[in-house]
Amino acid sequence: MEWFDNFWSVYSNLVLTIGINALLALSIWLTLSCGLLAMANAAFMGIGAYTASLLTMNAGAPFPVALAGGIVAPTLVALLIGGPTLRLSGVYLAMATLGFGEVVRVLILNAESLTGGALGLNGIPQSTQWWHVVLALVLVLLILWRLRRSRIGRAFEAIKEDGIAASLMGIGVMAHKMLAFALGAAIAGLAGALNAHLTFFIGPSEFGFDRGVDILTMAILGGTAGLTGPVLGALIITLLPELLRAFKDFRTMMNGAILVLIVLFLPKGLWDPLRFKQWFARAPRKPDSMPGKAA
Amino acid sequence: MLKLTQLSKRFGGLSVLQDVNFEVPAGSVFGLIGPNGAGKTTVFNLITGLLAPSGGGIEFDGRSLVGVAPHQITRRGLGRTFQNIRIFKEMSLLENVVVGMHAHLGYGVPALLFALPGFRAQEQRARAKAHELLSWVGLDHKADDIADNLSYGDQRKLELARALATEPRLLLLDEPVAGMNSGEKVELMALVRKIAERGYTIFMIEHDMRFVMGLCQRIAVLNFGRIIAEGTPDEIKNNADVIEAYLGREDDDQAASGGRP
Repeated sequence: MEWFDNFWSVYSNLVLTIGINALLALSIWLTLSCGLLAMANAAFMGIGAYTASLLTMNAGAPFPVALAGGIVAPTLVALLIGGPTLRLSGVYLAMATLGFGEVVRVLILNAESLTGGALGLNGIPQSTQWWHVVLALVLVLLILWRLRRSRIGRAFEAIKEDGIAASLMGIGVMAHKMLAFALGAAIAGLAGALNAHLTFFIGPSEFGFDRGVDILTMAILGGTAGLTGPVLGALIITLLPELLRAFKDFRTMMNGAILVLIVLFLPKGLWDPLRFKQWFARAPRKPDSMPGKAA
Repeated sequence: MLKLTQLSKRFGGLSVLQDVNFEVPAGSVFGLIGPNGAGKTTVFNLITGLLAPSGGGIEFDGRSLVGVAPHQITRRGLGRTFQNIRIFKEMSLLENVVVGMHAHLGYGVPALLFALPGFRAQEQRARAKAHELLSWVGLDHKADDIADNLSYGDQRKLELARALATEPRLLLLDEPVAGMNSGEKVELMALVRKIAERGYTIFMIEHDMRFVMGLCQRIAVLNFGRIIAEGTPDEIKNNADVIEAYLGREDDDQAASGGRP
């Protein structure tokens, strides 16, 4: 197992970051599955990260308590801002939630006595073990998988397809949107809390616009049809800069380019069960047909 | 069962409905007809809570529906279909119908998370019921197809099955045969009759006179936002105001005998 020890000492951070990014991608997948383009997940991650870090550093709280705080705080904020913003739809909701994200960033930046301002928080105890991340990811996947197969998941999908028809099926549209939004915030907050206790340092710039776009890219790249997509997207987007080290300064640009290409050629993302089914249906008859065109 | 009193709706300065009064008796098939733009679909949108009335009252089984949220109205036993079909296109037929049972699946969050027996039993029952409703409308053999792939007529039938899944006591049908060919119309007429025989009260908006006259026990006629006549199909057929609304003022006797398009 020597090779594994060597591998782990070099890449443990990267592997755990994949897990945390998967959580973030799942958090935005949840709101997308309800037809909401909410871009506040980076801010919720930040709220979770700062809450958890302050709990461990200032209040000396044990790690589980800090994690709980990192989940609860963004959930409460989501319930508060969800009321007015979730009445918006489409791009207007995206704008409102982006604005909210900016407000959170500026608040963190200016509350210097508490958050350290632009310098960020230093010396967060590294309490996050590999199994914390695995456990969190497995639990979140399990909950979302169960949710998807229940009346709540069906209600989300119905709202995504046609909100008015959904309401006339007896579905409380606003309550379900709020549930998706708050649960997404809780998952993003959990990811933020885990990440803060992994990286030793957090600063306000980590939770800005770039991060929000990263999270969205992961979910869209992977595909939003199921739970596999966001995890796959997180894997690729996390590994890509490592594979493209030479282009490091252009990382954001690469992500933007990938998003554009995916939207153009694979509008449903990489993981699209329907497309796979089409391939299999077509394969025996025309083995060398262009699969890229199936989308 | 459903009672509209002095119902009116204005959009800004435009009066779409004025003092609409009528009552849909329980157990009947009731029709609302009228020329294009008379305000028929607005009546449905007011009843189902998608629009708020500017004045007047809507009572369902003696309880007011004014100011009640659409999903609550559905839960009180009012189901509807749409003139411009609004099925969930990316779902399978079965899923479409099961969505309609949303309010009747009573399991809680723990049952859902741990797939407890209660959850499984209810989900199974919902699926069985959905298959039954699909077979009522003759679509059960396509239960696992994606709804978007259905023909126009089949999409209307699916919408009907989905509306029935909400367990309505009163079913509102908004132009159920719009855009159908005559064969499909005959088929749907038999289907609606079958549904009425099962004890559902039906309230429909329809343009197709043969369809309305053949099915409805009572008919109300809406023109320019006002009810101009109400009665049995025979009374409506021979009502001078109705003939005038549909054909314009008559100057010769031929128009009277050609009262149906």
